[in-house]
Amino acid sequence: MSEVLDDRLLYQGAEWDFDTLRVIHDACAEIAGQELGLDWYSNRIEVISAEQMLDAYASTGLPLSYRHWSFGKHFAQHEAMYRRGLRGLAYEIVINSDPCVSYVMEENTATMQALVIAHAAFGHNHFFKNNRLFREWTDAKGILDYLEFAKGYVQACEEQHGEMAVERVLDSAHALMSHGVHRHRRRAPDLQSEQKRERERREHDERMYNVLWSTLPEKATTPSTSTEEERRRALLQLPQENILYFLEKTAPRLAPWQREIIRIVRNISQYFLPQRQTKVMNEGCATYVHHRILNRLHAQGRITDGHLLEALHSHTSVIMQPGFDDQRYSGMNPYALGFAMMTDIARIAEQPTEEDREWFPDFAGSGDAMEVLRYAWSEFRDESFILQFLSPKLMRELKLFHLVDDAGQPALRVDSMHDERGYRRLRRALARQYDPALTDADIQVVDVDLNGDRRLILEHYVQGGRLLEDQEARQVLRHLASLWSYDVVLREVETPGGAALREHVVSPPR
Amino acid sequence: MQILDRRLNPSGRSLPNRQRFLRRAKSLVQEAVRDASAKRGIRSADEGGEVSIPLHGIREPSFHHGSGGIRDHVLPGNKEYREGDEIPRPPSGGGGGGGPEGSPDGSGEDTFRFALSREEFLSLFLDDLELPDMAKRRLVDGSDPAWQRAGYSVSGSPANLALGRTMRNSMSRRIALKRPKHETVQALEEEIAALEGDPEQAERVLALRAELERQIQRTRRIPWIDPIDVRYRRFDPVPKPVARAVMFCLMDVSGSMTEDMKDLAKRFYTLLFLFLQRRYKHVEIVFIRHTHEASEVDEETFFYSRETGGTLVSTALEEMQKVVADRYPPSEWNIYAAQASDGDNAAGDSQKTARLLVDAILPACQYYAYIEVGREGEHGIPGFPRGPTDLWRTYEALVAAGAPLAMKKVRHRRDIFPVFRELFAKRGVLDSTPAQA
Repeated sequence: MSEVLDDRLLYQGAEWDFDTLRVIHDACAEIAGQELGLDWYSNRIEVISAEQMLDAYASTGLPLSYRHWSFGKHFAQHEAMYRRGLRGLAYEIVINSDPCVSYVMEENTATMQALVIAHAAFGHNHFFKNNRLFREWTDAKGILDYLEFAKGYVQACEEQHGEMAVERVLDSAHALMSHGVHRHRRRAPDLQSEQKRERERREHDERMYNVLWSTLPEKATTPSTSTEEERRRALLQLPQENILYFLEKTAPRLAPWQREIIRIVRNISQYFLPQRQTKVMNEGCATYVHHRILNRLHAQGRITDGHLLEALHSHTSVIMQPGFDDQRYSGMNPYALGFAMMTDIARIAEQPTEEDREWFPDFAGSGDAMEVLRYAWSEFRDESFILQFLSPKLMRELKLFHLVDDAGQPALRVDSMHDERGYRRLRRALARQYDPALTDADIQVVDVDLNGDRRLILEHYVQGGRLLEDQEARQVLRHLASLWSYDVVLREVETPGGAALREHVVSPPR
Repeated sequence: MQILDRRLNPSGRSLPNRQRFLRRAKSLVQEAVRDASAKRGIRSADEGGEVSIPLHGIREPSFHHGSGGIRDHVLPGNKEYREGDEIPRPPSGGGGGGGPEGSPDGSGEDTFRFALSREEFLSLFLDDLELPDMAKRRLVDGSDPAWQRAGYSVSGSPANLALGRTMRNSMSRRIALKRPKHETVQALEEEIAALEGDPEQAERVLALRAELERQIQRTRRIPWIDPIDVRYRRFDPVPKPVARAVMFCLMDVSGSMTEDMKDLAKRFYTLLFLFLQRRYKHVEIVFIRHTHEASEVDEETFFYSRETGGTLVSTALEEMQKVVADRYPPSEWNIYAAQASDGDNAAGDSQKTARLLVDAILPACQYYAYIEVGREGEHGIPGFPRGPTDLWRTYEALVAAGAPLAMKKVRHRRDIFPVFRELFAKRGVLDSTPAQA
């Protein structure tokens, strides 16, 4: 290595210190800004130890979460696997917040830190700031304060009402977490005012509380008629897909603090919805960005050949996609699919083939790959992205095929594959796998008579004969019943058709 | 852009979650811990380590699809399939089209493995046990002093600076030496400023300036805080009473004791040692083995060397009495003794043994346990057709007379733990309290 090169190098060897991180960050920022045209929240890079990384893992990647035994369970599990060497730790965790917090591990080498900074602090960060789902559904500015509030609130509840009482509510709310989100747009969330709102609600209750009222005779209840059913359902905003929201607003016997805890769980679940919907794109974006930045750093002579090879070694193991018959296969690797699609889009924009021009007339040969990618990153989610951008060439490369597993048939059937006849069907089938609205069970609260027996009625709209897993469904319903305090009925209804397939009835624990 | 170092944050932030988890899974973990300890070697019995518990006890349920129905899978890495091909279903849903919906924890296993620390392991292992008559005597021992405030000193570490006392000294010194006050200096300056420029007062201003100069000089000479003001809080070491325990292991090593029997005894001693270690900071062990004569030996010899000879239990008690008198005065030590034997004793020795025990040993001891080990199935399946052994009968008589002595029979490894628990169970936890006064 010549003396001249040494001046340009960002760092030497594997050692790093805080100045090195700063230099790496600034070099990455230069490329990300000038050459890739990215736009990011300001960065906060936090150096943590392996134990802290495990800790962050356990609480679903959030740096400060309230206390619950399930986090302890996940911690113990990850720790055991890590200790036995079965699993390495992620090199980083990044949080969708403003400023964007990236956690990097102290064990990483300098090159790994460069990779991680390029990946998280620029790739993910750009995606968080620009993707439509994140813009509309999450409040990056408020999340850290909100988590702080949630933690404090849960702790205060534990002190006031006892650990066990709080744990029961959290257990039940967690069981329903996957059905505690709004999938359709409502108003933009504002997490900063959540804390204020909670305080105001409590003060209001305290002001309005008057012992005299409790001595008033109760109003005679009028029996509900069938014509009132419509009105009642409209008042309760039924049908309602967000079960936690419904419980928070309507459950008859919850104390205010219990409602607030349900609200906290619901808000956190909602916060993660965009991440579930953009796993492939998010990772694809970050992987593509780190790949570009590191190669560019190398081209500029700011990292050595050795550093680049080290980075590529990690890069290639991250984007490895084993075939379906491989022992290591565990589903589509979002990094692999995402990165392959991003590279493929760049290729189509810069060097399209005839086939590409036919399939992607909008941007094939447009010449500016980053413009197309930035557009895709901001306007799509996994499902629509795959439906729109997956090219025949990539389907051939990945050798994708579509397998239909009908429990009524003796054998599996190959429905389509990577050939002329199958491209579009194959692409549609893959896109559907990334639509949480189709992969998650569609369960809605449909009716309840608050003046009558208060029996809560839910329906599961069964598609393709896929019923709920019986044992667990009953356990979840028990949790639901304990929050609702009255009987809960879940009907599994065939869709389309409407034939009742199965019914679960669960009473609250006495 | 900010870079923060979080490594210095207090570690163990996940501890409250972990404690909640262990409490939640307590009964499962406890069972696992006892299983695990049964399989372990004696020497490693007190280490932490991995345990596995059944997953179903701590599952977090959620709504998700069960098996059945129509499912679509788009898979990579097609090699030979064509559209319309039919593929026989792989057994039990695994293999090719397997598990996109797999278990939420990523592993399909039915058990949950995780590591427990030594502390957690022991506290679960020895939960609900207590030492009878524990730490009756708390005694003076110089090894672990407590620190007590003892006035002030003129030297010490900055952390111990006594700020209040220092400032008080400083103030009295300033008053005594008449250090000019800040206000005095300020008043002078103001007066000068007011009079300056007035030719009639020129003389006065000159005088005032001289006075101000003098005052400032004085302020410089007399510092605000002088090293002689500084005081530190002083701490003196005070010997702290600690409870110390000694554990006597007495064992018959005559030919009739087989390796198996010794192993049983050893397991019991190990448990007792672990248990004592949790309650006392200092636990010492004394091994005394006997045939027709007794001697104090080290652990290795105690468990593994063979001896031949008759059996005289009283010799062991005499030896113990001697050791106690020499090194462990009962006024300073908590003495625990456990005796293991197959129950044989020379016919003429029983009287002497009983007398020694009642007169000398038991009054000195906190707790005395007798474990009679036997070979499994040695005496046929139903009970003890041979009847109680000599030693058992001797001791039984003592217990009946009210001596504080606990006795149990152990035939199999799996009995060790229950017997141990029974001997040390908290009162009220188990009904069958050990035979003791």
